[in-house]
Amino acid sequence: LQDFFEIVGLSLGVSLAATAIATAVSLPAGAALAIFPFPGRRLVVVLVNAFFGLPPVVVGLALYLALSHSGPLGPLGLLFTPAAMVMAQAILAIPIITALVHRASERAWSRYGDELVSDGASRAQAIPNILSIIRAELLTATLAGFGRTVSEVGAVILVGGNIRGLTRTMTTAIALQTSQGDLSLALALGAVLVGISISISATVFALAGRAKTAGSDET
Amino acid sequence: MNKARSACALVAAFILAGSASAAERSITLASTTSVEASGLLANILPQFTAKTGIKVNVVAQGTGKALDTARRGDADLLLVHDPEAEQQFIDEGHSASRRQIAWNDFILVGPAADPARIRGGNDSVAALQAIATARAPFVSRGDKSGTNAAELRLWKMAGQTPDTLNKTDWYRDIGGGMGQALNAASAMNAYTLSDRGTWLSFNNKGSLSIVVEGDGRLVNRYDVIELNPLKHGDARLEAAKVFADWLVSTEGQQAIGAFQVNGEKLFNPSAPSPR
Repeated sequence: LQDFFEIVGLSLGVSLAATAIATAVSLPAGAALAIFPFPGRRLVVVLVNAFFGLPPVVVGLALYLALSHSGPLGPLGLLFTPAAMVMAQAILAIPIITALVHRASERAWSRYGDELVSDGASRAQAIPNILSIIRAELLTATLAGFGRTVSEVGAVILVGGNIRGLTRTMTTAIALQTSQGDLSLALALGAVLVGISISISATVFALAGRAKTAGSDET
Repeated sequence: MNKARSACALVAAFILAGSASAAERSITLASTTSVEASGLLANILPQFTAKTGIKVNVVAQGTGKALDTARRGDADLLLVHDPEAEQQFIDEGHSASRRQIAWNDFILVGPAADPARIRGGNDSVAALQAIATARAPFVSRGDKSGTNAAELRLWKMAGQTPDTLNKTDWYRDIGGGMGQALNAASAMNAYTLSDRGTWLSFNNKGSLSIVVEGDGRLVNRYDVIELNPLKHGDARLEAAKVFADWLVSTEGQQAIGAFQVNGEKLFNPSAPSPR
């Protein structure tokens, strides 16, 4: 049972950290992609959307080779640690969050863009304003990213190694239980994983709802 | 902004926690799946860690992959069971020492219907020939694990090569671990070769049972392999040696011999007199 809480804690810790990193990168990136025109922007947008479907096992393998002691990032000694799992999941979540933020920003920009820069503000200064206009969509984007990270198994089992007490998450534990023929235990763990995902999304929406009413009271 | 800051703090705390736990005295053991899936390591490691303070992080892989992990420098010690692949690893100069810690045996398991009529025999090669003649479904690990290598050696004695086998429709190469192979064999009513440890602790046997056992060619040896410091200077070899020495010590051998599942002993300690 102690194992169980460790596994759930690690799953949540890794996925939340990865989602936080991915969000920190993707929010400004997605908005900037909508606001700044540059040559090749269409191509970048297409690529970001294509990476939605980045196969986790390929990301895991590439990161595995990079973090291996004989790979370019080997000296960091991160292979088979939670940090490596955070990296893998962040890489998987970034395209999803960026693409969703970009799509919402594009809409907001075409509607409010002229206003936002009319009083002499630069386009860069408009980024926080855009993000604040689309904050409801940001929530969905972030949760989509979190959903990707917490449910993923292919990448984390490669770079984490499914080490008991160190890098065993809910998904890799489910894979292990299945391989031991403990199908009912694996299914029970799966149900817990789904339950946790649902409660997190419900909590976030509840908090967002309260923040919204509080915010409109202030202004 | 506050949100972003607390998110950053969370990430930083997490990464620090990760690196702090890596900085303790710990080693990475690349092991075969059978010693992990059977529960042996989970059973004996706490005893070792309590005594020495060294934490053993087990990455369970097929023997082929485990050897590769060590070749790349991503493991500090090996616990594997494929004498031929091990010999190649040693010939390449990666290893400083190899010691046998235990043995058990491989078994052929098959469905209750037994279409090849091999139940109760003890000649594994004749049994495989009967399976091929009957064109009865057979599941192969196909993952370069120690068990996969043992299976292919037996098929070779039975007059079949991977080429001839993969052309048939009854030989099913699933490319997975022992548990996956047993799950697949159970679902397809197929025969498969398993190590006894994984079999005894496996919980989804369905109609599968042991059909052939007790053939001298089915012996399954587990070796602990230390790495060559000249090739693997970065590895935590000192702590790895402490664990390897413990495995072959009287205490370690007793711990291995005492491990049972459902009253059956899974591994026979054999460091004093290797098989």
